[in-house]
Amino acid sequence: MTLDLFEKFDPILNDYNSLPEGAENPFTVSMEKVLSPTTAIINGRETILAGTNNYMGMTFNAECMAAAQKALTDFGTGTTGSRVLNGTYNSHKQLEETLKEFYDCQHAIVFSTGYQANLGVISTLAGPKDYVVIDTDSHASIYDGCAMGNATVVRFKHNDPDNLDKRLNRIRRDDPEAGILVVLEGVYSMLGDQAPLKELTRISKNHNAYVLVDEAHSIGVFGETGRGVAQEQDVEDQIDFIIGTFSKSVGTIGGYCVSNHPKFEALRLVCRPYIFTASLPPSVVASATKALELIASTNLRSKLLDNSMRLNKGLCDVGFNMGTTGESPIAAIVIDDQNTAIAFWGEMIKEGVYVNLALPPATPNRMNLMRCSLSAAHSFAQIDFMLEKFTLVGKRLGILQDKVARIQNLA
Amino acid sequence: MTQNVDEIFERICTLLKPFNKKDIAIGKDTAFSIDLELDSLTVMDMLSEIEDEFDITIPLNMLPDLETVGQFTDAVHKLLSE
Repeated sequence: MTLDLFEKFDPILNDYNSLPEGAENPFTVSMEKVLSPTTAIINGRETILAGTNNYMGMTFNAECMAAAQKALTDFGTGTTGSRVLNGTYNSHKQLEETLKEFYDCQHAIVFSTGYQANLGVISTLAGPKDYVVIDTDSHASIYDGCAMGNATVVRFKHNDPDNLDKRLNRIRRDDPEAGILVVLEGVYSMLGDQAPLKELTRISKNHNAYVLVDEAHSIGVFGETGRGVAQEQDVEDQIDFIIGTFSKSVGTIGGYCVSNHPKFEALRLVCRPYIFTASLPPSVVASATKALELIASTNLRSKLLDNSMRLNKGLCDVGFNMGTTGESPIAAIVIDDQNTAIAFWGEMIKEGVYVNLALPPATPNRMNLMRCSLSAAHSFAQIDFMLEKFTLVGKRLGILQDKVARIQNLA
Repeated sequence: MTQNVDEIFERICTLLKPFNKKDIAIGKDTAFSIDLELDSLTVMDMLSEIEDEFDITIPLNMLPDLETVGQFTDAVHKLLSE
């Protein structure tokens, strides 16, 4: 008898089928109408969006929308082709020029998504004789870039300089000539923690390794002109490649890689995820270009981090077990039991707050998280509304009461 | 200095103790996923500890071929002999 190709998915399907049905199912939620960067209609109810990675609130920016609408009218809905065939318009080149200015660097290549930027750059740069060294908590696109390439892949313990040093030592001992690419993230998305780039880049350079930093969650959010954590930690001159996305702070979709390597443009000829896909639609290119200009010229970073600190501090004060500290735009409550986390999500959506339910294996250390990503567009009133609802649901599900009871028992 | 396979197996068994939640008897046929019920993330954590214990590089690329303790032992033996 032939094997059912789908049999291997039975365990995950069983888990999925045990989820609550209807409005309380976190994986089937959809937005009926989006009213602003921070509000939408979900299940017929006006809902505060507290988990959209829309850090700058750029999705409804009037200038970005006007630029996108003009491009749509002038150039149509899509390019229908690859960057290396018919898919390069002047605006794609202009966007790459804007990125070069934004990062003050010599080369920039735009990809159709951030996922493809990691997939393409990592799989292409590191060949069969090379090594890619990645952090344990790396995003799926980094793992997939490794899986797609032919390099030897080595992992080091999350944000641990000594652990990285040990691994680079061994690689160099066994293979003094090898090309090595160390892949880091400026901000790790689940708990919002920054990489200690100063130490990690110093160690990498000691072993003659190239350094790539993914600033997907940090562009716009950190650094004096919003370039990210490398700028914030003043190590930009030590970084060989910066990868980023337009799908968070920039408010649309697309990815990019910037570099000062003199041969960087060669990637356009050899990088398959760049070549074998259609380029970004003109309207997306136009709004991304405008948004980058706005990020460089306006400072919404302090407002964003104030918002995050207010929520993080508030949640911590009422007694939630927090995985975050408020130093990034992420606020994540750690919930011990997975079914309680799923129920928590369902109660929050009924109360009119959309957050992310993040479960293993997408989370570090097998945590169940109620994850919020704050926006500079959130008002303090909205943050306080979130806090009120989190507290209400936390008590309803016995999470907060447990804590109080524990303290009373100790006394 | 090449270690013999049995010594390597013993050292791996010692490293596996904290991962052996059900305290089953470990042999060379013991499979990480089925017998020890370890998920892929735990296997990767364990791999990291084995790297440090033997001071070797075990590429992530090898992981799909390492399903049992015996296969792991042979891989470590091979890497130490190179």
